[in-house]
Formats: sequence, structure tokens, C-alpha cells
Amino acid sequence: MYVAVKGGERAIENAHRLLAHERRGDRDVPEISLAQVAEQLGLAVDRVMGEGSLYDRELAALAIKQARGDLIEAIFLVRAFRATLPRFGVTEPVDTGQMRVQRRVSSTFKDIPGGQVLGPTFDYTHRLLDPQLVHGIEPAPPAVGEASDASTPRVTDILGRDGLIEPSPQAQADADVGDLTREPLGFPAERDLRLQNLARGDEGFLLALGYSTQRGYGRNHPFAGEIRFGEVEVEFMAEEVGFAVPLGSIELTECQMVNQFKGSATEAPCFTRGYGLAFGQSERKTMSMALVDRALRARELGEDVLAPAQDEEFVMSHSDNVQATGFVEHLKLPHYVDFQSELGLLRKLRKEFEEANAAPSLQEAAE
Amino acid sequence: MKAEAIKDRRKAAMSVLAHAPAVDIAARLQPMALPAHEELRAPENGLVMVRGRIGGDGAPFNLGEATVSRAAVRLASGEVGFGYVLGRDSEKARLIALCDALIQADSHGDAVEMQVVFPLRQRMLASREQKAREAAATKVEFYTMVRGEG
Repeated sequence: MYVAVKGGERAIENAHRLLAHERRGDRDVPEISLAQVAEQLGLAVDRVMGEGSLYDRELAALAIKQARGDLIEAIFLVRAFRATLPRFGVTEPVDTGQMRVQRRVSSTFKDIPGGQVLGPTFDYTHRLLDPQLVHGIEPAPPAVGEASDASTPRVTDILGRDGLIEPSPQAQADADVGDLTREPLGFPAERDLRLQNLARGDEGFLLALGYSTQRGYGRNHPFAGEIRFGEVEVEFMAEEVGFAVPLGSIELTECQMVNQFKGSATEAPCFTRGYGLAFGQSERKTMSMALVDRALRARELGEDVLAPAQDEEFVMSHSDNVQATGFVEHLKLPHYVDFQSELGLLRKLRKEFEEANAAPSLQEAAE
Repeated sequence: MKAEAIKDRRKAAMSVLAHAPAVDIAARLQPMALPAHEELRAPENGLVMVRGRIGGDGAPFNLGEATVSRAAVRLASGEVGFGYVLGRDSEKARLIALCDALIQADSHGDAVEMQVVFPLRQRMLASREQKAREAAATKVEFYTMVRGEG
């Protein structure tokens, strides 16, 4: 029997009204604008775009404002929005080798062609709270140097020239590119699907898994071969136009992890790789992604699958924070009927327990 | 102009216009005497799936989606132009489609190139140059310290 319980409408309506009031906060404080969020909380916007799996700075800023800064709620809002728009198609794969680099560092080679470009980074800051920001300051304009036209080849390309690192897997002719927004996940999953899953996966989850590999749970001896951040051009092959149409540029962060070597009787040993790519400036995310990508290649590389980070079903089934929060948070929704049946069962078990325990004492009394 | 040259010019123009704010494109078009034209397709917002490559240079994978606005414009003389641009600015998509149609018309192609695309390209390149110079200032110049007496 299903019994509908009504009466929550008024309370829900008023709760949402209260939420809007609390979201606004003290009305003597100026309301935050989307431009302020997008410009001054840019890394939060990048994270929401990445895990929301939708590149649109303004929408991500709106989601952050609406979610009161709760980034997982904001990611949820962005995911829900994307479901309302039609998909025109897929872009040409972006060429990160042609990136207009704002930051590019390598921990494996000091003197890389194109140089070590620190860009806007928290690295080397002292992590002391800055009292100057309390009331706001006008920062000095950035220093300028001599921009060079020299290309910035990927560190993996340099290693690849001497065969010291495995080449990237090339596309099989007429192989479809997996898309987990279109087909449900199945296992074993190929690397294209795994990377899509990790690219939209929760940063905290991937960070913890990546860290676990460093601590010995699926160790793979990583070096940050290269991390680069900057703008790449996006092109879309529109049939009606007849050529690949330039759509504009997006910001991306890429991490090339260089890992312990493999080899065999027939193949000379060479370094292996893990790869990370994400929207915006998302360095921690792409580094974690690259560590986990490498760990998930255990099966392909003939390594024992012993640690959580190497288990693709475990990783891919739990990386999505919208799915995870949906299932965890649904526990707070009414489960009155479920609970009543549990309660009924428990009472019955307790009664049986009491009867079983009462029996001997009755017997004793009789003796 | 040969078909191939027109295609190159259209693509080069799109790559500039996609990076310019809609108000700037409109301001550059405004003084021009525009031929009669109509919306072949009303501007429409949607998504494209952005692809990356495994390892940066390997097989493609789906990275995540991006918002895109698109439109199509037809001149009275028959040329059809297309506008596709990241974001949800449908007026910008319409303006790009209009420029794309004009570029294909003998009567307007050179004028759009000179009065709209060229100045916007200069501005785009200047802003990229500025960003590149700011990044260049953060490039590490290694030097070796010699300690003690050699």
C-alpha cells in the first residue's frame, strides 16, 4: 500500500525563500556580480567548468553564486543546465602543442626548449595570509619580458625522439570515441572513456587516489614531465560550412606524467606515461588525473591490480561527485515507510530475543 | 578570387571575429553600406563536445562540452554566411554569419576584410602579445653559482 503524505508544500516554499534571503546575506553588503565571481574567483569557476563538464565561464559563475559557493552544488546546477541544450557535434581534437602558453614547467629537464615559464602560480608563495587584501589593494601591473616566437615542444616529444618514452596510442581506423554521456559505463573501459571520466571527476577524490599511489598503493614512480596552462584554439567541422570552423579559444591545463619504465625480451625498456587534461587552470586536478590515469593502465601494462587507484570499476564508479552526492544526500529525504518496516522487523527480533532469554529464568524459578 | 582563397579568407576572418566582442564587430560594420540580407536560420544556442588527445598527440577522447551559438545569414545576392562561436551570445553569432556572407560577395569582401577583420585582428594580436610578454617575464633564467676557490 502506498500512502501519500502531503503538507510539505508551504514549508518547502518558505524554506526556499529563506535560502534566497540567506544567499543574499547582509543587505548592507553589496551584492556580488557574476563578473566579480568570474574575474576574482577564477579558479573556482575553472573547477566548476571542469567537473560540470561544460566550458562557459558566465554560467559557472552564476552556478557558484546561486549555490552560495558550494562548488559541488554548482557543478550539479551546470550538469543540469547542459541537459537542456542540443549538441551540435564534436570538435576537432585540440592541439595542446600549439597552446599559447601562460605557464609551463618541467620537473625532469631544467633546460627545455621554450624554457620554464612560471606564469601566475601559488608555487613559491609563503602561504601567509596577506593583510593587504583585507581592504583591497591595486596590485602593480605585471612585469613584461621579451616574448619569443620559439615553439614550446612537449617534454614527452623530446623524450620520444630517442625512443626513451612510449608513444601515445594512436586512433584505430574507424574506431568510435567512447562517450559516457551517451552510453552507460561498462567494464573493462578503454582509455578514452577513462580519461573522460577522470576529466569530469571530483578533484578531491582524484587527489586522494593519486596521493595513495605515491604512498605505495599502486606505486608508479612519477615525475611531472611537464605541466602547461594556456589558451588553445577550438575548431568544429560544420558540414554545412564545408570546413573546420574556428569557434574561439579555451583555457586548458595539461599534465604529462613520466613514469617508471617497462620493457620485455623483445622491447627495449622505456618510460611509461600518465595524462591529465582539464578546462581552465586546474593544476592539482590534472596532476592527480595523470597519476590515476597511469595507475589505471595496470591491466594494459601487465601489472598486478592490487590497489584502489588501479581498479577501474572502483575509480570510475565513484569519481563523479554529482552521482556521489545524489546517492549520499538522498538519505536525508523521507524514508518513513522503509524505516517503519525496519522498525517492525527490529521489534519482532527483540521480542524473540527477550522470549529466548526469559525462558531459562522461568525454568530456574520452577526448579 | 579563387574558391580556395575565399575559403582561407573566411576561416581566417572567423578565427578573428570569434575572439572579438559582439559590440566591436557591430561598431565596425555600422558605417558600412550593407546589402539587403535575411536570417536564414535564427541564432540558436547549443553544445559541442570538446575533444582532446591521449598524451596530447594520440587517439582522441571526449574532454567535456562547451556552449556554442550559431546562426546563418543570406544576402539578397544569394551568398550564405555562417556564424559559429563559443558562448551563448546569439547576436555575435549573427554578426559573424553576416560578415561571413559579406566576405563571399565580390562587392563587400575587401571592405569587410579591411574595415572589420583587419583592425580586430590587430587588436587581438596586440592583446596576445601583451599576455605573451607578461608570461615571458616569469621565465626562469638559470645561472650557476660557483662556491669556494676554483
